Amino acid sequence: MIDTLLRILALTRKELLAILKDPRTRLSIVLPPILQCLIYGYVATYDLNEVRYAVLDKDRSAASRELLTGLDGSGVFRRVANLTRPADIHRVIDDGKALLVIQIEQDFARRLMSGASAGVQVIADGRNSNTAGTAMGYVNAIVEQFNADWRAAHNQGDPPVRLTTRAWYNPNLETRWHMIPALLGMLTLLETVLLTGLSVAREREQGTFDQLLVTPFRPAEIMVGKAVPPMLVGIVQATLVLLVAQLWFHIPFAGSFFTLYVALTVFLLAASGIGLLLSSVSATMQQAMLYSFLLIMPFALLSGFTTPISSMPELLQYFTLINPLRYAIEMAHRVYLEGAGLPLLWPQLWPLAIIAAVSLSASSWMFRHRLV
Amino acid sequence: MRQAANGGRMRRVWALIKKEVRQVVRDPSSIAIGIVMPVVLILLFGYGMSLDVTNVPVALVLEDSSPASTDLASSFELSPYFAAQRTTSMRHAEQLMLARKVDGIVRIRPDFSRRLSRGDAEVQVLVHGIDANRARIIQTYAQGAIGVWAARRTAEGQQVLSGPVQVQNRLWFNEANESRFFLVPGLVVLVMTLIGALLTSLVVAREWERGTIEALFVTPVRPGEILLGKTVPYFVLGMIGLALCLLAAKFLFHVPFRGSVLVLTGVSMLYLLVALALGLLISTTLKSQFVASQITLLVTFLPAVMLSGFLFDLRSLPAVVQFITYLLPARYYVTLLQTIFLVGDVWAVILPNATVLALMMTALLWLARRATRKELA
Repeated sequence: MIDTLLRILALTRKELLAILKDPRTRLSIVLPPILQCLIYGYVATYDLNEVRYAVLDKDRSAASRELLTGLDGSGVFRRVANLTRPADIHRVIDDGKALLVIQIEQDFARRLMSGASAGVQVIADGRNSNTAGTAMGYVNAIVEQFNADWRAAHNQGDPPVRLTTRAWYNPNLETRWHMIPALLGMLTLLETVLLTGLSVAREREQGTFDQLLVTPFRPAEIMVGKAVPPMLVGIVQATLVLLVAQLWFHIPFAGSFFTLYVALTVFLLAASGIGLLLSSVSATMQQAMLYSFLLIMPFALLSGFTTPISSMPELLQYFTLINPLRYAIEMAHRVYLEGAGLPLLWPQLWPLAIIAAVSLSASSWMFRHRLV
Repeated sequence: MRQAANGGRMRRVWALIKKEVRQVVRDPSSIAIGIVMPVVLILLFGYGMSLDVTNVPVALVLEDSSPASTDLASSFELSPYFAAQRTTSMRHAEQLMLARKVDGIVRIRPDFSRRLSRGDAEVQVLVHGIDANRARIIQTYAQGAIGVWAARRTAEGQQVLSGPVQVQNRLWFNEANESRFFLVPGLVVLVMTLIGALLTSLVVAREWERGTIEALFVTPVRPGEILLGKTVPYFVLGMIGLALCLLAAKFLFHVPFRGSVLVLTGVSMLYLLVALALGLLISTTLKSQFVASQITLLVTFLPAVMLSGFLFDLRSLPAVVQFITYLLPARYYVTLLQTIFLVGDVWAVILPNATVLALMMTALLWLARRATRKELA
């Protein structure tokens, strides 16, 4: 038993040395998480803080100007052109000069005064329909405000139904709060799978794997020795992400670190199992690397990280059940933002434990069958 | 004499290309990235990923049983955007939300109909805010469902609820508001980046790590020829990936294609060469497959997803980040793709963006050529 432990320790030490001795490798373990955190933190938001728009005001009345003042004063909308002919709409939209064109009809003020409803047309550049939808939502909100003010000023009473909304766990609806905790799973998965896969494939490619086999190491010990160092690297990277999230972006941490690290360890076990499994089918480092990438890509896309799982077709929703990243991201959110404790994480922990058990035993089977 | 030299060069380049092609064809992992990956991505982007929100599970807490409130509740139930689940207790609804069984709660309070007649009724919407984008869309749809209800009541002559100014929205180029229409063109960028940069980032580093680069040095092959031999096979692979994407976009997903194939192919070739040159440059400089692949992901793939305008609107980024995006080739390519697919051949967009790509290509190929030397470190 003690011998086993000592042997595993020796192999772990050797693996860690292999990973950490090269300064460029050290850098490529530390730098990407920090850079990615910053990029995701600053870039990954569907909020808009500058919407360039053009106006085609055919009415030119005090009322239409008041409506436009509401837009200009919002701090988000920036008027880039005042159009005079409808034909110009195409010009500003096609070139991408403006995301929106607001067209106010000639009878706008007259209809408003007479109590009829007046129309405002919003034409949006749908090349990115998500952005366009958000921008149109902003216009709607400003028009709602205009309506409310208009009713108040002209004694038409309040709108009869008000909608009050509140968001749980993320009161200001910041996309960053969603993205950065998710990186805890995303980054560590890539690195752990890749490093585990590479460490075996490197030995195969350089022929040292056969040497390893003639040592007193048992296959299981080799596996553990190969799996632990990448997991340690994963934990270090997760810690870096946590540091950036809290010290730089000040995203409040609602849960306990103990829970988070326990959850992370279970997840990394599954990740290293997958890495070992991949390495058993790859003969070279290139193969290990490209196969990991081929596998992680669908994991990342179907994890709920970029698009919600419930919007996926049913068949793919079933696939997400065997996706370890899905559970990791759910756990990261639940611990980080909701403050869930270990018992509440059970629905995520047991599938991960099964994935880890299956992938580790499958790869140990593959190892042994290589030996024979 | 000169002709003979040219013939020799052709023969050498051809031999290198043949060797590289065999390596690609015989290594299942290159084929996996070159052919399998695009197909998987096409299917995932086309079928799996959608930013369109439909059938959001919400709990509908109906604390008031008047006709007006049941009517309002039914407009949530009939909306294609919501999969509403009625309940009468707020506690139960909150439990559902905690367990993430629902993404939102719509609450109609006991005094709804009484306050409606006074003209200050209130509908409360609680959303699970972790996925902020989705939460915001849910809020908008809730507003919409109430609007539908209000319009119906107005039509029944009950009460005029609509505001004085009504907004009519029109979405040009993507009238159906399908996120697939911009996700699929964006996919082309990812595929070209992966094939162009990731595969080539490994090829020279691999020769260094295996020591075969020294064997190559003692042959009469010149550095420029090595570069050419490494570029051509992956260029062909990239064009195959592009063809796959285009066919899928047209026949599988029916994404409108309003520009010309010729222009699209032209700008794609430019981008592919930029990616290839970048991958080779990284590979030649770093000489380690792991480090090279990490750096390549960081400088090509990540920006192609995050900083290209493919998902996120670039105009809303902080100024520093916006400046960085101008240095990244993916930005120009995404602009070109979205315009050529959904708008048409708008030369005012195509010319400046294609010019930048051409300049980047020239600079990177020159740098890659300089970095490829027959020297041992």
